[in-house]
Amino acid sequence: MADTKGAGAVIEANEASHTNATIRVLVAKLGLDGHDRGAKVVARILRDAGMEVVYTGLYKSPKDVVQAAIQEDVDVIGVSLLSGSHVPLFRELCRCLREEGAEHVLVVAGGVIPEQDYPALLECGVDAIVPQEARAGLIVTAITDLVAARGRI
Amino acid sequence: MDDVTLFSQQAIDDIRQNQAEWEGGALAATLKSRPEEKQTYETESGIPLKRIYTAADIADIPASELGFPGAYPFTRGVYPTMYRGRPWTIRQVAGFGNPEATNQRYKYMIQTGQTGLSTDFDLPTLLGLDSDDPMAFGEVGRVGVAIDTVDDVERLFDGIDLEKISVSLTINPSAWVIYAMFVTVAEERGCDLHKLTGTLQADPLKEYVAQKEWIYPVRPAVRLLRDLIMYSARTTPKINPVSLSGYHLSDVGGNALQEIAFTMAFTISYCEEVTRAGMDIDDFAPRLSFFFISHQDFFEQICKFRAARRVYAKIMSERFNARKPESMRLRVHVQTAAMSLTKVEHHNNLMRTAIQALGAVLGGCQSMHTNGLDEAFAIPTEEAMKLAIRTQQIIREEINVTSVIDPLGGSYFIERLTKDMEDEVWKMLDEIQERGGAIKLVEEGWFQQKLADSAYATFKKIDSGEKISVGVNKYADAASRSADVHIHPYDDHCTQLQIDRLRAVRENRDDARIQSLLKELVEQARSDDINLLPKTIELVRAKATLGEICSALREVWGSYSEPMIV
Repeated sequence: MADTKGAGAVIEANEASHTNATIRVLVAKLGLDGHDRGAKVVARILRDAGMEVVYTGLYKSPKDVVQAAIQEDVDVIGVSLLSGSHVPLFRELCRCLREEGAEHVLVVAGGVIPEQDYPALLECGVDAIVPQEARAGLIVTAITDLVAARGRI
Repeated sequence: MDDVTLFSQQAIDDIRQNQAEWEGGALAATLKSRPEEKQTYETESGIPLKRIYTAADIADIPASELGFPGAYPFTRGVYPTMYRGRPWTIRQVAGFGNPEATNQRYKYMIQTGQTGLSTDFDLPTLLGLDSDDPMAFGEVGRVGVAIDTVDDVERLFDGIDLEKISVSLTINPSAWVIYAMFVTVAEERGCDLHKLTGTLQADPLKEYVAQKEWIYPVRPAVRLLRDLIMYSARTTPKINPVSLSGYHLSDVGGNALQEIAFTMAFTISYCEEVTRAGMDIDDFAPRLSFFFISHQDFFEQICKFRAARRVYAKIMSERFNARKPESMRLRVHVQTAAMSLTKVEHHNNLMRTAIQALGAVLGGCQSMHTNGLDEAFAIPTEEAMKLAIRTQQIIREEINVTSVIDPLGGSYFIERLTKDMEDEVWKMLDEIQERGGAIKLVEEGWFQQKLADSAYATFKKIDSGEKISVGVNKYADAASRSADVHIHPYDDHCTQLQIDRLRAVRENRDDARIQSLLKELVEQARSDDINLLPKTIELVRAKATLGEICSALREVWGSYSEPMIV
């Protein structure tokens, strides 16, 4: 699954499952946080659930991620952050989405995010926050529920 | 002593016979009436575990594989008297905000009984960016202290005697610049550089595969470490210029075997680089240091430390022909496992950490960081750090585990598992060698794929409930909430203060001189055989910023682009 070219690794949807086959998710890291274990595990979970997943790698600015999301025409951006800088970075990410007229792209946050910060994130435009100890099933349903509620575009 | 086995053949034969009788009798009867809970038992890294170990299980291990503490192959410890002569160093890492905030925390921790300092840097500093760089947005002083110029390092160690307390610096791709700043501060204070003690992490290969902090492509990063090792050996002979870090390999999903094997593979690559540049192995190997995790599988972790010491001693002696015993002893700093901590019922983290810390002590560590119970939320508060320090003090002073060296040595189980782990590590090292060595495999993403696979396998075990996390996937209490924890506050003025100071420095220095020194540094970097440390120290003294120095070398080497391994 190594790919050194292009914006990121496109992980093909698992043949076995077609239920969520049309949901496209961009899994991203923002800023300088290098903890990518969780992001990569989530990318595999979503792929195994039949979604199409793009992983954009490390050291991406909010603008980079929004552009990749538009280019890849994804339904959801899932960002994992463990650097403590989630509030300013998600605020900027959501601002960039609005600026580009891409508010329809849903934003899901994960990683180390203290519950005290949930209101600030939800207020700035994050659609859902997945807790650190979430099991695979919860991560998948968080995304399918959001997409179902928004409707397909 | 080479051929001495621990038991006579007659004794082993008797034990085997008695065991067969026991298995056919008492054991068989019990298994019939009450089967065991699992079909098979194994360690976290998949080594099969027997029901019971006897002398017959270690009959093939010669006495020389154990040896004595402070002597080859160092299985039983790196010093002849171990904790009887000197207890391990309590070294809690700290770093946040502006340098003076971290300095204040240091003083608090010294007062609480900490015996060595350790610094975490913020992400911009780690990645060689100044605090006013656009990519530093939101990150300044967040997960560590912000350093832009030598003045910040002076502030960081204000009022701390650098000749008396050892200082560990958790710094990687920009390590050579931070070292230059540290040495400059010590020199300006009039310290004897030969008396400075401390450790830089500066382990680039594990960055590309695990912690993921990088600036340049792999080979120039290894060259920078080579320069640092060689310069430090001559200038600051008591500083450990590198801390070979298995911790992070574990943190991204590696098991105990991968932790040791990959770390040893990286060690081999660095030693090859330095010896190829003309330095004798015994002139730098005594200052190689290590950093491992103490994770959840208690006995496997203890055996990991013992096996790692033995493997390292053999590599240095047999592969690199080291002659000094100091070149063959693996000195290790240990941190308990942040990955094992939970947000749910976070007080349980105290127990987890205490047990892991005990394992590190029984494994013979030289220094230790115990995690704060709030580590799963944010960087630890003062109170959490105090509890973490107290945990080590209780182990050291209340429970009498430090009187006897390697107290578990000789246990049939411990010796068998130590040997099994060692054998597995050699197999992995052979494979790495056959595939072309560590540097090539890092470039190809081989380690990255192994670790990502291992992380996913671990997640699935937790997800299915096979791997238990108490309070999370077993004995979960619907009523327990995780939010009531006091979280270390982030100082919003931190970024602006760093930026204001940067501007002041830039306005009050000789810019033309900086530009010409940067040009000289770039020229030197084009040639592989010039040590970049002297020029870097000149730059630091002239008040060049970390970001300026790091970005100048991008001109020569470019940036690293990661293989997209998922």
